[in-house]
Amino acid sequence: MNATQIGWAGLLGSFALVVVAIALSFSQRLQLSRSMLWASARAAVQLLLVGFALRLVLDSNASVWWAWLWVVIMIGFAGFTIRSRAKEIPGIFLLGTLSMLTVVVVSLSVIFGFHVFPIEGRTIVPLAGMMIGNSMTACVLVGRRIVGELSEKRDEVEARLALGQSWQEASRPYVRSALRTALVPQIESTKAVGLVFLPGAMTGLVLAGVDAVNAVTVQLAIMYLILGSVATSVTVIGLGLTRRVFTPDHRMRSIARATE
Amino acid sequence: MGLTRIPAESAELLAFDGVSFVVDAEREILHEVNLSVAPAAVTVLAGPSGAGKSTLLRLGNRLDIPSAGSVRFRGEDSAAIDPRELRRRVGMVFQKPVPFAGSVRANLKVGAPLAGDEELAGTLERVGLEASMLDRVADDLSGGESQRMCIARTLLTQPEVILMDEPTSALDHENRLGIEHLAKELAQEGIGILWVSHDLSQVRRIADHAVVLIDGRNASAAETAAFLDQGMSEDKS
Repeated sequence: MNATQIGWAGLLGSFALVVVAIALSFSQRLQLSRSMLWASARAAVQLLLVGFALRLVLDSNASVWWAWLWVVIMIGFAGFTIRSRAKEIPGIFLLGTLSMLTVVVVSLSVIFGFHVFPIEGRTIVPLAGMMIGNSMTACVLVGRRIVGELSEKRDEVEARLALGQSWQEASRPYVRSALRTALVPQIESTKAVGLVFLPGAMTGLVLAGVDAVNAVTVQLAIMYLILGSVATSVTVIGLGLTRRVFTPDHRMRSIARATE
Repeated sequence: MGLTRIPAESAELLAFDGVSFVVDAEREILHEVNLSVAPAAVTVLAGPSGAGKSTLLRLGNRLDIPSAGSVRFRGEDSAAIDPRELRRRVGMVFQKPVPFAGSVRANLKVGAPLAGDEELAGTLERVGLEASMLDRVADDLSGGESQRMCIARTLLTQPEVILMDEPTSALDHENRLGIEHLAKELAQEGIGILWVSHDLSQVRRIADHAVVLIDGRNASAAETAAFLDQGMSEDKS
């Protein structure tokens, strides 16, 4: 057994820690024992299913199109997840899905265009997964922020419209602020990486026995990819959502009056 | 300022013709309201709270569009005019001053992006503010100063009509009289002012014409007289 193969016995061994957590919950009467057990079992089933499916997709003999199909499913699933986390925003499913699609197309074109990674199932799926996962969270954040900012500053936006500004001009200061808010955490985590925590991909590579510096270069490439992906997705969803808040004749729709 | 003056014989700059406004598909805020705004005069739109006065003003600036009827500017249906252009011709001043973040200069430039300091300073003086205020932070202005700055910002778009939605309701008595005086001056320069108020003593101070709105419709002659008389009796008491 090498560092990356823990086997079924290893998995069972790690479950001992869940047992500790359940025992703690029981002793402190937190009433979380059942939830913990359910969450652990569910995670195991979900991930094992994904693992077996990925084994088929990532098999070196399998067609690369299976990997692309996997990416399409991930994009659709991300759209649903964004909608379920921000139900109050109309049209968020389509915008979210479009945003994820844009991210995947732009980022993978760069990564594969510059031959940073080879075009294989084992690169397509995890790279797309990381981009979509990070962008999804940022999209929900920016969607909520834009609707919040525009409804909170409705007086100002309408005062700008009343002065003859177009909806693009009138909304710009507030959309800019929302986009900055969504991007700053990503920039901060990019700055802090290595000092505070060792990121997942690098940790995985080091555990798999890859040279530390090689692992760092892979991690850096992934982090740049994620930063670019988040910026792209946030901009797409931000501009798309703002467009929905206004009518073509430069009036502000009632969606943003929700807080009045 | 090079304001476009309309011919003296023109009786109305802005006209609301049988305007209705419905929200949530069933709640009628305005019902077939008629009103016209004459040039070089202060037309006061009076009425009790909740009568639909502010809603009517929003239709004039096209921040909302009527469910039925039409709004005409210089005889042309406002729906046929580019809303950005219409809003520069039919300016709007809101109930509470709405300063934007940044300096007074930055605020004024939203009304006229290409205007130089000389023009901006001249407009500040026109509304009774000192030219030296250009560098002040807009959020630091007092309520009266802020509302005057908002009027200056609107004037920089060179409007022919200014819709004023209870512009003095958040101000003290002295500032209230100052803004009223300013509105009268602007009217004398040829601008048509449509001023919303439910303060009847104010109506009597500034109105060249008064239109009363009750429950979202034009008040009858008898209702108008009764409403305005009520103001007279309140003033005497």
